[in-house]
Amino acid sequence: MKLRTLIILFTVLAITSLFVGVKDLRPWEMFSWTAEQQQVFWISRVPRLISIIIAGACMSIAGLIMQQLSRNKFVSPTTAGTIEWTRLGILVSMMLFAAAAPLVKMGIAFVFALGGTFLFMQVLNRIKFKDTIFIPLVGLMLGNVVSSIATYFAYRYDLVQNISSWLQGNFSLVLQGRYELLYISVPLAIIAYIYANRFTLAGMGEDFATNLGLNYKRVVTIGLIIVSLISASVVLTVGSIPYLGLIIPNIVSIYRGDHLKKSLMHTALLGASFVLLCDVLGRILIYPYEIPIGVMVGVIGSGIFLYLLLRRDAYAAAS
Amino acid sequence: MLEVKNLSKTYNGKKVVDDVSLTIRKGQITSFIGPNGAGKSTLLSMISRLITRDQGEVWLEGREIGSCDSKELARTLAILKQANHIELRLTIRELVSFGRFPYSQGRLNREDERHVDEAIAYMGLTDMQHKYLDELSGGQKQRAYIAMVLAQDTEYILLDEPLNNLDMKHSVQIMQTLRRMVQELGKTIVLVIHDINFASCYSDRIVALKDGRIVQEGSVEQIIDTDVLRGIYDLEIGIQEIAGQRICTFYA
Repeated sequence: MKLRTLIILFTVLAITSLFVGVKDLRPWEMFSWTAEQQQVFWISRVPRLISIIIAGACMSIAGLIMQQLSRNKFVSPTTAGTIEWTRLGILVSMMLFAAAAPLVKMGIAFVFALGGTFLFMQVLNRIKFKDTIFIPLVGLMLGNVVSSIATYFAYRYDLVQNISSWLQGNFSLVLQGRYELLYISVPLAIIAYIYANRFTLAGMGEDFATNLGLNYKRVVTIGLIIVSLISASVVLTVGSIPYLGLIIPNIVSIYRGDHLKKSLMHTALLGASFVLLCDVLGRILIYPYEIPIGVMVGVIGSGIFLYLLLRRDAYAAAS
Repeated sequence: MLEVKNLSKTYNGKKVVDDVSLTIRKGQITSFIGPNGAGKSTLLSMISRLITRDQGEVWLEGREIGSCDSKELARTLAILKQANHIELRLTIRELVSFGRFPYSQGRLNREDERHVDEAIAYMGLTDMQHKYLDELSGGQKQRAYIAMVLAQDTEYILLDEPLNNLDMKHSVQIMQTLRRMVQELGKTIVLVIHDINFASCYSDRIVALKDGRIVQEGSVEQIIDTDVLRGIYDLEIGIQEIAGQRICTFYA
């Protein structure tokens, strides 16, 4: 896929997203919209579009970075427990400071995400049996343990409803003034681009990286910080979007290879386009109701994930 | 000059490398030989700062490598380990370009590109430089890795079992190329090698290790000798002189 094709696809989807919804907003009547229509457009539709783009692009980038650093194609914030730790962090912040400012919540969520991801990487280093599928399974198990702890505390402190709202990503709650924390991910994506060469080099292994004079541990730490910050800001504002960080980088890898410098733009654009598509479909399918994005991406994403797994087996058999 | 002084490494109470001192001469191929578990690879990894040492010093061009900046060191000394299963989908050219990382941090200038072109051409990979590594045969892959090390443009090149998993033709190709690199480019090469006949035919000096210690070091004539080899391998190895080269016969 050419970058140009991807940009066109992305633009079409982005514009479509602005004009799909319960309130009729027709682009050709743009200049004769009522005050109410304008309000809907600026307070709901535009923030929604922006949040979809940022969340879609950045979660895909986070997945890509994790796959390179862990040297495993099936590791992502969803399969390494990062998301579950983030959720536990948010819960803890709500238990400790009932009315915590979003930034405080995010800070605590970030600390938990980072700690949990580091733990996973440590476990990964200790495992002798480095099967491609086994490692994400360990991550999923770890994530489930954390998730049950979170659920337990949520029951005890009557926070179950809040926890479930982070279980499934949902863009319908995005309104002006409630999503701006997401912007933190934008500079992070830029830093990821600057570090692209270093991440790819780290992905070749510690010996390789050290031979070329790279400070391996520092680069891995920076990568995990980026991943954790992105996860924290996305989960806190729109909720978790499963599979995204898993399937998008894998698709891009097939046609662009794994050189981050080459694949990062594609990953970001494809990730944003994919979430846009899922979101638009989710809004159309049971109109005037909405299917949450978490469900849409989950259903379509698991199908693609399955295909990638089978393709891997076919590929392994052929070579 | 590369000088190793009293290097030691202990794993789980077992001394893997035990008080090893040696001098690597410039512009030569030096081979480390010895049975499994002799500490050859560990020694090589310590010399190239890939693993930490418990004791001892490594002096490179008059500087202790512990006091060198890692990036700076990467312009003088390169190491290629045996387990090179990179799982990333990279093309040969992308891989070789990473050899310039110590100079450009990934932003290649015209001189970097020239080094990359030359290294690819030197290893005969120009036609397939845009192929992905996972599409290559074992021999082609190994050549790609060596091309990367060449692009790194270091005076010292350390290779840990470069012939691992290669068939005879590719092994000979790699060894001939290493020989050429010494002759034409003035490189200093240190190898860990299992096939003692390759060590015999292509080395200038051989260092024999056993149980973490140097048993003996010297020229090919000194080491490729029935008595010396018996001491290293506990095996009766006959030596035949064929076309001016010492060939070990130990198959029957």
